[in-house]
Amino acid sequence: MDFLELRWDIIWNYRELFLRGIWITILLTISGYVGGIILGVLIGLGETSKKKWIYWPSKLYVDLFRGTPMLVQILIIHLAFIPAIFGQSYGFMVSGITALILNCAAYNAEIIRAGIQSIDKGQMEAARSLGLTHSQAMRKIILPQAFRRMIPPLGNEFIALLKDSSLVTVIAANDILYAAKVVAGAYNRFWEPYLVAALLYLILTYLVTKVVAYVERRFSNSYNPRKKKEGRVAS
Amino acid sequence: MIKVENLHKHFDKLEVLKGIDYEIKEKEVVCVIGPSGSGKSTFLRCINLLEEITNGAIYIDGVKVNDPKTNINDIRTEVGMVFQQFNLFPHMTVLDNITMAPMLIRKLSKPEAEKLALELLDKVGLRAKADNYPQQLSGGQQQRVAIARALAMKPKVMLFDEPTSALDPEMVNEVLDVMKQLALEGMTMVVVTHEMGFAREVADRVVFMDGGFIVEQGDPEQLFGNPQNERTKAFLGKVL
Repeated sequence: MDFLELRWDIIWNYRELFLRGIWITILLTISGYVGGIILGVLIGLGETSKKKWIYWPSKLYVDLFRGTPMLVQILIIHLAFIPAIFGQSYGFMVSGITALILNCAAYNAEIIRAGIQSIDKGQMEAARSLGLTHSQAMRKIILPQAFRRMIPPLGNEFIALLKDSSLVTVIAANDILYAAKVVAGAYNRFWEPYLVAALLYLILTYLVTKVVAYVERRFSNSYNPRKKKEGRVAS
Repeated sequence: MIKVENLHKHFDKLEVLKGIDYEIKEKEVVCVIGPSGSGKSTFLRCINLLEEITNGAIYIDGVKVNDPKTNINDIRTEVGMVFQQFNLFPHMTVLDNITMAPMLIRKLSKPEAEKLALELLDKVGLRAKADNYPQQLSGGQQQRVAIARALAMKPKVMLFDEPTSALDPEMVNEVLDVMKQLALEGMTMVVVTHEMGFAREVADRVVFMDGGFIVEQGDPEQLFGNPQNERTKAFLGKVL
């Protein structure tokens, strides 16, 4: 039986490829996520706007990127969109990060919209009745409260993106999954490389889960009087 | 001080205010009473433009509130508002709830704002709660903090939108006492309320609204003691 004859030495031979793969996966995910947060905040705020010319494009964006497979988005961006705009390809990194940002932004926008809309409208009214402008009220009152509620779903989105970043292998990105494919091709063996790839993703997502749990604890405690000073950060 | 002219308010096709004319003078305490759905809260919320005005005009100190050229944020700094649901900011301490707007808008320094806030907390009897979070306070305490928060902007007028309706009965009086004190100090107040005892005792004038109109208004003795309109009589018959 194959199980009893696993040859871990073939992974060791390709350790540098796996290490590079981990680094590329982390780089893709973090770049995609940070960009996705920035763009997602703008689009999420756009989705809460009363102005139709802001609301509709934001809504359309989210529907478009949530309603199509990320794999298709990656291929369109790499093979069609970037060459059409710039006349050439800039490699998997540029295309990959662009695709991850655009996709992640759509999901983050929904999380941010839902977070903002979950805050009781009396909060906005109270802030406005004191003379705060809409954007002051957003910054001081609504977003600090909404942010706490957004932490768990934003953490989930990070984990989802980390795993989905493996799709970028289709445009020859040398991430974790790519390393596994190379080893599989070289030795015609499949258990070892793909199990190792799965294990590496598992370790990364586990670490992210721990970070998210920490952030969540850190911020949900700020209503707690024993940690008063932290609560004042928002004011 | 506040002049309301032919005020109309529609929510889509539903007409909630059907032409209100009224004038509130400085240092006057006006209580607005009436059955639910009569438009009294909407009327109050139109004064600081929390509801858009469909038709008509409201002037505060001669400035037309619903003029597109008027900066509504400037108007709102002069008009304090207290809500039925308190609407304190849960992520801030009591002290920060009160100092936030004066620091941000009146540009008070932190020590100045905190001094003011503590004075106001003394006034509403809650100095000891300055460092607590709203969730740790009772409803009555929260509403007193909300009053202090509104007062911190040193408004010319205070609007109260059913300030005791969400409170347990035993907490109603602590809030009404603070409001009475405020009335005695000469604050101009418009109070939408179901507390007839308070209206009778504190109001200079009482307005009875029903069906989007001001049906009857007058000094409390006259309105409670000798109502003229049938609808006023029917309403008072039920609540007194």
